Amino acid sequence: MKTDSRLERVLQAGHFAVTAECGPPKGSDAGVVERKGKLLFGYVDAVNVTDNQAATVRMASLAACVILKNMGHEPILQMTTRDRNRIALQSDLFGAYALGIRNVLCLTGDHQVFGNQKEALGVFDLDSIQLVRTVRDMREDGTLIGGADIESPPKMFVGAAANPFADPAAWRVVRLAKKVQAGADFIQTQCIYNMQRFSNFIAQARDMGLTERVSILAGVTPLKSAGMAKHMATKVAGMDVPEAIINRMAGVPKKKQADEGIKIAVETIQHVREIKGIAGVHVMAIEWEEHVPEILSAVGLDKRPKV
Amino acid sequence: MVVAERKNIEEIRGMVDRYSSILVVGCDSCVAECAAGGHRETMLLGAALKISFQQDSRNPRITEACLDRQCVDDFIEQIAHLVPEHEAILSLGCGAGVQALARVYGDKPILPALDTLFIGETEMRGVWQENCLGCGKCKLGYFGAVCPVTRCSKRLMNGPCGGSKEGRCEVNPGISCGWQMIINRLETLGELDRLSEYVPPVDWSTSHSGGPRRVEREDQKP
Repeated sequence: MKTDSRLERVLQAGHFAVTAECGPPKGSDAGVVERKGKLLFGYVDAVNVTDNQAATVRMASLAACVILKNMGHEPILQMTTRDRNRIALQSDLFGAYALGIRNVLCLTGDHQVFGNQKEALGVFDLDSIQLVRTVRDMREDGTLIGGADIESPPKMFVGAAANPFADPAAWRVVRLAKKVQAGADFIQTQCIYNMQRFSNFIAQARDMGLTERVSILAGVTPLKSAGMAKHMATKVAGMDVPEAIINRMAGVPKKKQADEGIKIAVETIQHVREIKGIAGVHVMAIEWEEHVPEILSAVGLDKRPKV
Repeated sequence: MVVAERKNIEEIRGMVDRYSSILVVGCDSCVAECAAGGHRETMLLGAALKISFQQDSRNPRITEACLDRQCVDDFIEQIAHLVPEHEAILSLGCGAGVQALARVYGDKPILPALDTLFIGETEMRGVWQENCLGCGKCKLGYFGAVCPVTRCSKRLMNGPCGGSKEGRCEVNPGISCGWQMIINRLETLGELDRLSEYVPPVDWSTSHSGGPRRVEREDQKP
């Protein structure tokens, strides 16, 4: 074991891992995090806590991670390089480890133009791959960027994201390889609606031997409505929602669309479980955490292993 | 070159309204190329200001002049005879020109008529593109002569983010994805292998992060 992360133990033991996303509130009410934590408790191996997603100001990811940790959850701290330079990022990694956080997902982050602070300075001192390497070097070499020794280095299980659906298409697997090479232990993918494209991407990753070196968790986001499907297809950067999915959502009465979205999510999970090289699933139910248990129950993944 | 755009007349009026004589000084270098502050634009702004003041029944003395370069003392001194007759100088130079005038004419208010935007190129008539941030450590040799620091909205050094779609940037479809351009160029050159290597964090100390930069060369000093 490289770390004492529960997620690492689950994956090492060969279990099909389950993670879910928890978005912190747009305010300072710990109760919101606790309510979401309660909904997910017992159903997931680890919970991702987003870092000011869509560049909108929310409760600090680290604070929400600690709230969840205190409830018995295993948090995955999402860290973007958009808002903090290398001094702040490395300092936060020390702090996170001191507070019991054992997993970190390294991201560049959505550009500030998407959020509610459009006039903000975009920091981008590091990119996500450089952050992966930084966290890995802390653990393996006990050093900061630049080589200075760390007294008690944090030993984090290192994650990164992969988006198989962005352009240039041929580059996506190269970028995944770079993340693995930089030290990623696990990958969580963009949410999948185009299964063909996803399968092709994983096949490429398999051919390059990447699925042997990194645990890939397939991203799933249940659609709430046909409107959401259309919005994601046209307005959200880096998403691929095929016409067929939009039509399927629009083809049922409005009241039944949420059920249809959940059905699609369940089918997606069933499908990715059959793909060789997929180590788990990452459910991102955006402000819809209450539906995660039923989705997981429907695919028989609601009982999490004791590790 | 430095690319700039002229401020609107209201904002300029807000700065110059308190003066009764104004020397309007253009610069016939970069800002002439981007049609913001050259000789032609200087004369146009002078005329526009006169009309604007006349509409308010005011008639300040406005004199136009244009320098070949507003950032070099030898040229700046060419307007020395005009300066004492005016209360203020309205500069159509870039930010460097404005500050150079202020250094030379220490007792005069120098006001910017332009918003200085970036270092860029004239991509076609009427289109100027930013393509250098002056980071102080040129990496173009590794990226097919397309700058990731400048042309990628997130300054990514290790490949395109998940928001690149059909060659466009997630920030705005009007922005070309810098990484798509890098990949296209290196593909054309048969040098895509350059991109498989991990690129370590950028040393920003040579950029403005290290403080205002200055070059001193003994061999060039008088």
